[in-house]
Amino acid sequence: MPKAFKPSVITANALLEGDVVYLGPDGWVRDLADAEVITDEADADIRLLEAGAQADTVVGVYLAEVDNSSGTPEPTHFREAFRAKGPSNYAHGKQETA
Amino acid sequence: MYSYTDFDAAFLAERNAQFRAQVERRIAGHLTEDEFKPLRLMNGLYLQLHAYMLRVAIPYGTLKSAQMEKLADIAERWDKGYGHFTTRQNIQYNWPELRDVPDMLDALAEVNLHAIQTSGNTIRNVTADHFAGAAADEIADPRPVAELIRQWSTDHPEFQFLPRKFKVAVTGSPHDRAVIKAHDIGLRIVERDGEQGFEVVVGGGLGRTPMIGKVLYDFVRSEDLLPTLEAIVSVYNLLGRRDNKYKARIKITVHENGIEDIRARVDARYKLIRDQFTGVDQQMLSRIEADFAAPTFKSADTAAFDRAYRYDPAFQSWADTNLTAHRNPEYAIVSISLKAHGKTPGDASARQMRLMAQLARRYGHDELRISHEQNVILPHVHRGDLPSVYNALRAEGLGTANIGLISDIIACPGMDYCALATARSIPVAQEIATRFDELKLEHDVGPLKIKISGCINACGHHHVGHIGILGLDRAGVENYQITLGGDGTEDAAIGERAGPGFSADEIVPAIERIVMAYLDLREDREETFLQTYRRLGLAPFKSALYPEAKADAA
Repeated sequence: MPKAFKPSVITANALLEGDVVYLGPDGWVRDLADAEVITDEADADIRLLEAGAQADTVVGVYLAEVDNSSGTPEPTHFREAFRAKGPSNYAHGKQETA
Repeated sequence: MYSYTDFDAAFLAERNAQFRAQVERRIAGHLTEDEFKPLRLMNGLYLQLHAYMLRVAIPYGTLKSAQMEKLADIAERWDKGYGHFTTRQNIQYNWPELRDVPDMLDALAEVNLHAIQTSGNTIRNVTADHFAGAAADEIADPRPVAELIRQWSTDHPEFQFLPRKFKVAVTGSPHDRAVIKAHDIGLRIVERDGEQGFEVVVGGGLGRTPMIGKVLYDFVRSEDLLPTLEAIVSVYNLLGRRDNKYKARIKITVHENGIEDIRARVDARYKLIRDQFTGVDQQMLSRIEADFAAPTFKSADTAAFDRAYRYDPAFQSWADTNLTAHRNPEYAIVSISLKAHGKTPGDASARQMRLMAQLARRYGHDELRISHEQNVILPHVHRGDLPSVYNALRAEGLGTANIGLISDIIACPGMDYCALATARSIPVAQEIATRFDELKLEHDVGPLKIKISGCINACGHHHVGHIGILGLDRAGVENYQITLGGDGTEDAAIGERAGPGFSADEIVPAIERIVMAYLDLREDREETFLQTYRRLGLAPFKSALYPEAKADAA
């Protein structure tokens, strides 16, 4: 039985800065809260293709599951939580601008 | 210290110009990421979790003050004001931006540093004993031959696309401080009938399938070393598996074919290529050896050391743990701890790097070393200067007296930075160090090496830690497995897995239980953790680790 599609966002790293980005309704955004949450698998496939074609902007596009029950996407795996927040040992990465 | 020739400088300039053009083409959209990725990796540039990471080679861990100062400048100008020293004696910058990297490489080239072959399936940065040229127990300085190997392997046309990465380490002492038995090739300088040669060990490595290397030859004469290395890597290049990256390292090649078969193949290859080595390499080696001539040591009063040792308990504690015997009794080798309790193992700020460079210039014959244990070494300090060095270090947060103790933890970047990691390692190291600092037990516990990796690739050398910790992802939760009894020295051993893993909340108390068990079990204060473990085996430590299992069985 195929796995049920779970709410997800499209994420990647920015080509120039290397930092974590998410696909928002109007382009790439830096904050997970501004990401577009995709709930339909067919939509996800199309958006992934579109995002993957932007190779002059981003690197390594993939889908990451989120918990959207509060209305704001939250990571469901600790790896994505670190990507969204930054490293544990310094207030670097996203934490610097949060 | 090796002096770059005009040829070396021109080579680096040309290589950097080539990479600058590649970066420009990538940004302009003329190269795809698939085309660009192998090019950036050939120049040490990775894309990690939060940013790019530039890995810079520090050949055999040796730096001059000006080079360390340049590393500090780069950290400030193009990164976030710090650098991370690694178990392969490299430095990594965690936050560079793509368009800045060519400028960073040009800045490195100004002081003869580079990032070539710090990635990719090629011969990586050659590492060596961090006390090279200074240790009292040394037969010969291993750095000249390490430099010769670096020159031989850099851009070697046959070895740019090996089955997997290839790591070489060299020691010139009977006491192995370079973990040579956990390298693809480990070299140990030995003496036979008054002649110096090399014991050649192959097929060691950690990672998914940890193995201790096997002796391929117990004595190779100096003039035969490069053809022997060339023969070994050629055999591996042909025989190494390319069908499965997890079985591609030479340790698997040796394991699957047997050391006798590998030796026969290497012998055959050696006979074919030996004549190509006409002796030029030995002329090169002689020139390199002249560059590594020992500094001119002074003879001076050491009373300042004696006074400080007698009247300053903090200095005494530091001297007891952070100094090592130098071959000149008036001198000492200083290990500067980059493991202040609660800080990130291996990180140094630009300010700290500059201080260490200044101290090396003023008191240390302009020499610094990076150890595979992620500390910085001043190899030649007169004992009379040690109180001044210590006071300066302490003022900058570098005076921690913990070398070789429980908080001197090797920790890879783990999932805080590394795209390959499956769990974090830095916070675990920080918490263990903080906990044992609070308990004030560190010096009572004595020599104990904890090593932590955030994934099975074992960059943190956990398999050869007296206590090894491996971070894994278990159903979306960080989980930590413990191994015990590992050893990275001349008595190298792979640690034994203790049992089921622990959650992030449980791992520090678990380590505490092991250490408390050791304190109960040791015969006296002189018996180290490793000696106790070897005497008693895993069982009593397992009982301490899993008390609930013991209760269930009762």
